[in-house]
Amino acid sequence: MSAIATFAGRARRHGSFRIGALLLLLFAGTALLSLFWTPHGAETVAMRLRLQPASATHWLGTDHLGRDVLSRIMVGAQTSIAVGLLAVTLGMGVGVALGAWAAARRGWVDEALSRSSDLIFAFPAVLIAILIASVLGASATNAVLAIAIFNVPVFARVTRGAALAMWGRDFVRAATAMGQGPLRITLRHILPNVASVLIVQATIQFAVAILAEAGLSYLGLGAQPPIPSWGRMLRDAQTYIFQSPELAIWPGLAIALAVLGLNMLGDGLRDLLDPRLRLMRVG
Amino acid sequence: MPASNRRQFLGASTALIAAGAFGPAAWAQARDRVVIGMSLEPPVLDPTKNAAAAIREITYQNIYESLGRIDRTGGIVPGLAESWTISPDGKTYTFKLRAGVKYHDGKPFNAAVAKFSIDRLYAADSTVPAKSLYTDIESVTAVDATTLTIQLKNPNSYFLYSISLGDAAIQHPDSAPTNDKTPIGTGPFMFKERREGDSIQLVKAPTFRDPGAIKLNTVTFKFVKDASAQVNALLAGDVDTFPGFQAPELVDRLRRDNRFAVVLGSTEGEVLLATNNGKKPFDNPKVRQAIAHAIDRAELIASESGFGTPIGSHFPPHNKAYVDLTKTYPLDIAKAKALLAEAGVPNGFEATLKLPPVGYAQRAGELMVSQLGKIGIKLSIVQLQWPQWLSEVFRERNYDLTIVAHTEANDLDRYARDGYYWGYDSAEFKAKWREVVLTTDFAKRDDLLKDAQRILARDAVNGFLWQLAKIGVWRKELVGMWENSPTPSIDLSGVHWR
Repeated sequence: MSAIATFAGRARRHGSFRIGALLLLLFAGTALLSLFWTPHGAETVAMRLRLQPASATHWLGTDHLGRDVLSRIMVGAQTSIAVGLLAVTLGMGVGVALGAWAAARRGWVDEALSRSSDLIFAFPAVLIAILIASVLGASATNAVLAIAIFNVPVFARVTRGAALAMWGRDFVRAATAMGQGPLRITLRHILPNVASVLIVQATIQFAVAILAEAGLSYLGLGAQPPIPSWGRMLRDAQTYIFQSPELAIWPGLAIALAVLGLNMLGDGLRDLLDPRLRLMRVG
Repeated sequence: MPASNRRQFLGASTALIAAGAFGPAAWAQARDRVVIGMSLEPPVLDPTKNAAAAIREITYQNIYESLGRIDRTGGIVPGLAESWTISPDGKTYTFKLRAGVKYHDGKPFNAAVAKFSIDRLYAADSTVPAKSLYTDIESVTAVDATTLTIQLKNPNSYFLYSISLGDAAIQHPDSAPTNDKTPIGTGPFMFKERREGDSIQLVKAPTFRDPGAIKLNTVTFKFVKDASAQVNALLAGDVDTFPGFQAPELVDRLRRDNRFAVVLGSTEGEVLLATNNGKKPFDNPKVRQAIAHAIDRAELIASESGFGTPIGSHFPPHNKAYVDLTKTYPLDIAKAKALLAEAGVPNGFEATLKLPPVGYAQRAGELMVSQLGKIGIKLSIVQLQWPQWLSEVFRERNYDLTIVAHTEANDLDRYARDGYYWGYDSAEFKAKWREVVLTTDFAKRDDLLKDAQRILARDAVNGFLWQLAKIGVWRKELVGMWENSPTPSIDLSGVHWR
């Protein structure tokens, strides 16, 4: 109990954690709200009202098909969160399992997994996602898969590194001496002790995933229209840059704030959860 | 055939007027190079091997020539043939060929070369994309070096037109196999180099028969896919012209710049909500009619910033055989729903809309989701790249609906083709089309063409959306660009700087 109280106390005083948390709350709150309410239908086309500037009825104006930009930004937050969360969860699940396995088994399993994750790391993450999404075909599901796949080696590597350090600690040796199997040790002792590192990494990867989703949608490889997506909104806005430049500002701002918020939250969490990691930069 | 002669004469005289309009010595400080921007890059440079319109835009009349040529008004004027006569039964065409014409590699052009080239079009193993236009040819004979006769199985009122297309480019037997990479023709410009993904450069051909008429020495085709990058290329002066500018929403920006002329013209491009007539539930005419009743063309054209003319069938409004059928199935949601109910799908259904990567399809696609959504047809969009579109939609016919423009002129014959990707199979239309082809009296043929348009409109084969406008943008000092697009071609033989 007191540990949580200390954490909360320190968190309240940590600047970047506070701003990050605030932005994330805004982001998640918008997505939640849009499930029940948006000012207008996000997919309601009204050609008479196309490319309207901001007004009392359309706070952020309308796009090239007369759809309300604010409503689309709100629903777009859903798309970002859904794709980002699913992709990171999926990538984390597989990556953590592989990393923990490599740390427990060592030997050829470790070698094979490390080398193949090095191979994937050699390519920029978004490039991999583009490659996968274009092979699988364009859809939101495939965007999730593509982002999840490049997340796997990230989590595998972090888990392996942290778990290897744990395997050398006395309490783990004691557990081994008591005859506990590697699976049990991993679940009981290793993972709980590397959880904080993983949470920090997950927060940062969430930001990367949102950026990747926007990138894929911008290229037409992510969520298919008319489902609102920030990346797609940017792409649409690009051709109207001379007529309605503000169309590009709103989705751009949304992406920037969401990514900034998650990064600040991640930084804050890193400081709060493990002061020894303060100087280390992962990802 | 008086009508056909009149049309050729008209075409020829317009070309003369156009040529005479710009007096000599008008361009004191002559510039001899031009950079032409294009949205799409041609996969190869041989129109007899691939159907892509970009190939014809670059090569037709510039690199390759055909027996006749289609001029800027859509008329047929002499090309490699100086003149021609048609036998009274309409089955024998005798072409008098130009003497002294040379290919870019110095090889001579003669009737034997023309025979070789035309034989390839209709041969049993022909792989020419437009083969069906030439299957009425029975035989080709090189009578002497400058006389060629073509014998048809039956009269064909489109034959002279077909043989003048870029598809019927007269290629030399020695260079034909390699023309896809290093094209060699008889035209005013010869191929210099290609930078894959970037540009193609042509230079004035020293072998051309009338070098004085050609004012440009270097022509570069530059490929810029993205619409805003196209505007930037124009504004920065990297590109002198986009003859086919495809981003209507950016036209205002260019109009504000007085360095450029923005010229609106007509194209042969009908934008269709192409429908897989061979697939349930689209095989039911009532379903297709319901879709037709739900299409709001005014909305679609508004999203094109107003560029485009509504069409009710597959025919360009500027053609004199055009009949306005846009009121065949007027916008009527209640009627559309009733038709769906009659078709046994009162609550609508789900379908996919596969879109190629072009601006008009992307814009219209989202509107289509909204418009058909109002009658309960839930569309999900799948965006494809061109190669995927060509294989999945066009070849394998694995699609429900797609949006695409058909830019060839006189392309109604596709509705009579077996196995075409729409899956439309109508004995009535096939008979009507046969009649059109066999009728060499052009006034009568126009009436038949009107009937053909009516059949397609009635059957609601595809959703007929709008006729693409040609938005030509060029430097004001650039003279001689085509304002209309009667056939895919960026003919540079008459282009020069003022």
